[in-house]
Amino acid sequence: MKEYNPEYVGTETKYIFVDSPTTTPQDLAIAAYEVAMGVMIKETCFGVQVTGTPDEVRRIVERLRKIDPFHIFIKDRGFPPGDERRCRANLGGSRPGYLGHEYEIGLSRFISHGLKETDTMKPEDLKKTAQPFKREPPLDIEELASIIEEEA
Amino acid sequence: MAKVFIYPATSLMLSDLVARYGHKPLGSALSVREHIQAGGFDSPPLQITPEDPKKGLHWAAVEVPSGVRGRMSLYGPLVEEADAAIIIEESDFAFGCMGCARTNELLIFLLKQKGVPVLELSYPKTKEEGVTFVASIRTFLAELGGEKA
Repeated sequence: MKEYNPEYVGTETKYIFVDSPTTTPQDLAIAAYEVAMGVMIKETCFGVQVTGTPDEVRRIVERLRKIDPFHIFIKDRGFPPGDERRCRANLGGSRPGYLGHEYEIGLSRFISHGLKETDTMKPEDLKKTAQPFKREPPLDIEELASIIEEEA
Repeated sequence: MAKVFIYPATSLMLSDLVARYGHKPLGSALSVREHIQAGGFDSPPLQITPEDPKKGLHWAAVEVPSGVRGRMSLYGPLVEEADAAIIIEESDFAFGCMGCARTNELLIFLLKQKGVPVLELSYPKTKEEGVTFVASIRTFLAELGGEKA
């Protein structure tokens, strides 16, 4: 076993995804560089990644979210950008975790619509709109039997 | 500001919505970051060492496979820390191997056992469901206090 010397200790990395008709990852990267003050910014195909101390990252993230609040989505990342254990430049194929992002960014148009619609709602209207989760009832045994008979 | 455990723990949308409305999302990235920023022996890719399944014993019995216990060493401390939880039921992308599946079941069980407020949802499939999804999360988070958006 060899010794492990971690890099970027004390930093945090955030993913900033954009799925907007008016804002591109390049717009975000330019806006981030304007206020970066030495913080690491990496432009990607889906948005940008920001790596720095928690305070620096918070400052940049707050600035970027204002650009297109209903179409920008932000989450934490465990690894810094370019880490050999995750970066597809070293591994080949999609980055581990990419499929999850791909799945959820496909839903972003519904969430963006929800954010826009609920933005001006009062708490009472929000409560009326909020609905408890409804689990679909399990398949009735007789219905299952009829399906089997039909298939047979 | 409440600490809200999100399930799936890697969810972009839940992480964003919880942070957007003034709370702290507890997802797997926080534990992974802690692991890979701590020194010790090199154990790629996630720096999970033989010590971690031992830590997992706190949440899973010894006869539970080490894969589940290793995963629980990442998620267990977050569950302990959580003041509330948002769970997306039957989320397709949380699908994985048997280790992931059993860990997911154990996680949901632990969250419900803990007695913290839990919001259960499903992913939106239409624009109307998107409005309901966001409104449900906003209402739930507002009830925890500290909404800023």
